[in-house]
Amino acid sequence: MISMLLAAEFAWWQTTAFKLVMAIVAVLIPAGTTVYLYLFKMVSFMQSRLGPMEAGPYGSMQLLAELGKNLQKEDIFPLKADRAVFALAPYVVLMSTFLLAVVIPFGPDAAFTNIDVGVYLALAVSSVSVIGILMAGWASASKYSLLGGLRAAGQLIAYELPLILAVVGVVIQAGTLNLQGIIAAQNQQEIFGWGAIGNPYILTQFVGFMIFMIAVQAELTQVPFDMPIAESELVSGYMTEYSGFRFLMFFIGEFATANIFAFLASVLFLGGWSVPPFVTDLLGIAWDSNWMNFIGPLVMLTKMLLLTFIIYWVRFTYPRFREDQLQKFAWKFLIPLSLLNIFATGVLKVVF
Amino acid sequence: MSDFLRDYLIVGLFGVVAFGLVATFIGLASFIRPDRPTAEKLENYESGVDPVGSGWSQSQIRYYIFALLFVMFDVEAVFIFPWATRLEAYGMFGLIEMMIFIFILALGLAYAWRKGVLRWV
Repeated sequence: MISMLLAAEFAWWQTTAFKLVMAIVAVLIPAGTTVYLYLFKMVSFMQSRLGPMEAGPYGSMQLLAELGKNLQKEDIFPLKADRAVFALAPYVVLMSTFLLAVVIPFGPDAAFTNIDVGVYLALAVSSVSVIGILMAGWASASKYSLLGGLRAAGQLIAYELPLILAVVGVVIQAGTLNLQGIIAAQNQQEIFGWGAIGNPYILTQFVGFMIFMIAVQAELTQVPFDMPIAESELVSGYMTEYSGFRFLMFFIGEFATANIFAFLASVLFLGGWSVPPFVTDLLGIAWDSNWMNFIGPLVMLTKMLLLTFIIYWVRFTYPRFREDQLQKFAWKFLIPLSLLNIFATGVLKVVF
Repeated sequence: MSDFLRDYLIVGLFGVVAFGLVATFIGLASFIRPDRPTAEKLENYESGVDPVGSGWSQSQIRYYIFALLFVMFDVEAVFIFPWATRLEAYGMFGLIEMMIFIFILALGLAYAWRKGVLRWV
């Protein structure tokens, strides 16, 4: 039955329509899972409380309840706001999330696209959200929003650089910008002649991985870097004037982007959808056999949940950076460190 | 259409899907949400008191300087990626060339640092 399905030929518009439906699934389902698992439940256990328990068994239907609640809320446009820009901002933020998802591969053939400059595209479109946030902050015509929007823009561009420069180390090692190529390189390369687990770049690019995860945390404005949305002083910053569903769109955008970045990190540093070569040898299948189209998404999901766990763990453990500390950390520590990382990786690549 | 262009068409379609998703949800909400604007409700939030002056207030010039610094390094990234993919072919020549390039850029950062632009007070 499976082989029949795989052998069937589909027209381009059919596969594309399927991909577009899967895009919504791939963005929204992991976002819902991590929000329930980590944001609702894990943080509750960390703070010695139960979290949502009423909606469904163990509060598992809480997200649907939230959706219903926000659907019924009034859509308020402040009188002084720039209406068109104010309305458009959530669209731009969610669009950035979807454009980021387009490059993530989930199996040898189970990928939305196979663009040769995949990493490059992902890093480029990840900064589109800055425009959305700046639009929201400016159009609200509120002092809190303006301050939050400017802080967010300043922070996002400052941490965009370590994010980009950390990936350069991976690109040097893999020799390609294609995400499938990077996965193949991690699976096929060896560490000093020992190839049982391939060469997941978290081992050889550990500095790059740390810089990447820190920068992701800042890009998502998660807690140690949540100066732009600081509830206690800026009352959610650029989202102050938003209500109901438009607010929820920012919320979804933020948490879906957290997942997509975790997917991206697992592709770049943990070997993506592939499993270590000794496992595929044991099972007697090729590393990119058809089976990986089914196992791959599960492998990706596992790695994603692991990485988002770290993101939320940090989020609920550390206090907030001050604005000057935050900028200093990016410009005076992370950027020189990532330049040094590029230098060291380049030298090692040429020497060995 | 070639596969190359089709891949980029899908990128565009993803943007359209995101746009459509938000529009669908907000459109759906318009059927059930209340709409009773009052003068107080449409006022901007300012800690519960009446807002003073314009919301578009003045802000720090420092953000502008950081944006300029960002442009400098982002352009660097554009150059560094093609180099990184082909480093194996370039060998030692490419490595030294790029080290000079990065050194000059790092000099720019060091200059900004020394001038106190990176200080946030």
